[in-house]
Amino acid sequence: MGIYLPIAEISVNIFVLLAMGAAVGFLSGMFGVGGGFLITPLLIFYNIPPAIAVATGANQVIASSFSGALSHMKRGTLDFKLGGVLLGGGIVGSTGGIYVFALLRRLGQLDLFISLLYVVLLGTVGGLMLVESVNALRATRSGAAPVLKKSGQHNWIHRLPLKMRFRASKLFVSVIPVLGLGAAIGFLSSIMGVGGGFIMVPALIYLLKVPTNVVIGTSLFQIIFTSAYTTLVHATTNQTVDVMLAFLLMAGGVAGAQYGAKAGQRLRGEQLRALLALLVLAVAIRLAIDLFVTPPNLYSLSGVGLS
Amino acid sequence: MAGLRTLAAAALLSLLPAAPPAKAQAPLTENIQIGLSTDNVSITAGFSGADLTIFGSLENADPLVARQGRYDVIVVLEGPARPVVVRRKDRVLGVWVNLESETFKNVPVSYSVATTRPLQDVTDPNSYKQLSLGASNLYLQPADAGDSPATIEEFTAALRERKSATGLYSENVGGVQFLSQNLFRATVRLAPNVPVGTHKARAFLFKSGLFIKESSAQLEIRKSGFEQSIFRVAHDYSFLYGVFAVSLAMLTGWLGRLVFRKD
Repeated sequence: MGIYLPIAEISVNIFVLLAMGAAVGFLSGMFGVGGGFLITPLLIFYNIPPAIAVATGANQVIASSFSGALSHMKRGTLDFKLGGVLLGGGIVGSTGGIYVFALLRRLGQLDLFISLLYVVLLGTVGGLMLVESVNALRATRSGAAPVLKKSGQHNWIHRLPLKMRFRASKLFVSVIPVLGLGAAIGFLSSIMGVGGGFIMVPALIYLLKVPTNVVIGTSLFQIIFTSAYTTLVHATTNQTVDVMLAFLLMAGGVAGAQYGAKAGQRLRGEQLRALLALLVLAVAIRLAIDLFVTPPNLYSLSGVGLS
Repeated sequence: MAGLRTLAAAALLSLLPAAPPAKAQAPLTENIQIGLSTDNVSITAGFSGADLTIFGSLENADPLVARQGRYDVIVVLEGPARPVVVRRKDRVLGVWVNLESETFKNVPVSYSVATTRPLQDVTDPNSYKQLSLGASNLYLQPADAGDSPATIEEFTAALRERKSATGLYSENVGGVQFLSQNLFRATVRLAPNVPVGTHKARAFLFKSGLFIKESSAQLEIRKSGFEQSIFRVAHDYSFLYGVFAVSLAMLTGWLGRLVFRKD
């Protein structure tokens, strides 16, 4: 069944979009990620203009992170204070990102920049995760106990000034890296249409040493607001948010997420991470191929100031 | 869903006196008229292209010339003009990057032509150039006239090629048919992605390869339906639209949790 997307101005198959939403929702439920980093490239592969895929991806992320954050709030695994500081940085980063987005669009380099960012980030994150999880799998197979990092171990980040206490996270740390991390995630959110969970979660765990149980809830909490802000600004400055497209993806997504979460409980942590790493790498490779393969049309047309 | 429908933007029938007086002293110059029964066409979201029929008449036609088929009519439906940037991708370190670009002022978004005979049989290339008639003769003005002629030519050709490939520039040879000596019917194609706005229909009359007269009419193409309302709201009330998009996402997330809750 065809449906016409009012903002993207193309006809698409409604079931393809629902299935896409459900599949990504399933994976995001299984791995505990927002799924924005999968939705946006998938939409681009499905011929949705990148500018619209990014803004709509941000809109879709709100739904999944909101429902996830609600669960964590109920369980008390959400540090509002840490989330709030991250959010402060996030708003600044997101504003900057929107400005860069509009500028690149004018220059005709937006599509390239989005693809490059995806290839570099997904490639790096996927590669690191794969190495880490394969090592962990090997370690468990050889019977060695996994080496846990001692809590209280400090790195250079913990020597920065302007320290602040985050009670729920049992953390006493400078606000500078927290704000910086928030800003970086906000920037990526507005340019890539992702929540940024796939960067936020490892950064909170490995850089700030936030306890793992509050990491996901706190990250989801900040993602709701960053992506809501991103959606709003994209809607007002670029008019690139397609609610029809976003709604179909969300509808498929919320259903898929529940089944994904159930399936995820049957797999071991290292196996899950290895699978997710392979998935992330596959998306990166697919995007990279498009950058290098000779395009069917070397020439492209665009309006002045529009996409 | 909707197949190729025919929108009949029908007839102007300024019917002429049936036969001219047997012996006119000075032969009157021919005139051409076209008319549209409606000045606006609404297309819905499922629009997948259509044929638009335009009727027209020839005044003071010489019956002899008409019988010999030496009258030719070219009808053009031209979309609103907008500035366009043409970009060319080149390889930089193996990656395809948009490098060179050329901006053109006032490029018609769409340009559909219907003719009685193949364009090259109607008149000579020079006349087409002078009239700026036909997708391949249409004058496209570069915004920066200082660029080298070779570059401008290359990007002009690319612009035309892209427009034809997307069906926005089309040519329908034999799309103009004489129904009688004075009356003709032209069928121009509306591409599925036809732009909204004021379109201009123009008819050119040629007699034995010579340009005689031109006539024009205007047509407003609008999109209608639910999707179009969304589009309008997104552009006119963009902030409220953004608030709506965010609220919808939160509501979906909350409802999704209520319905599928597993904890």
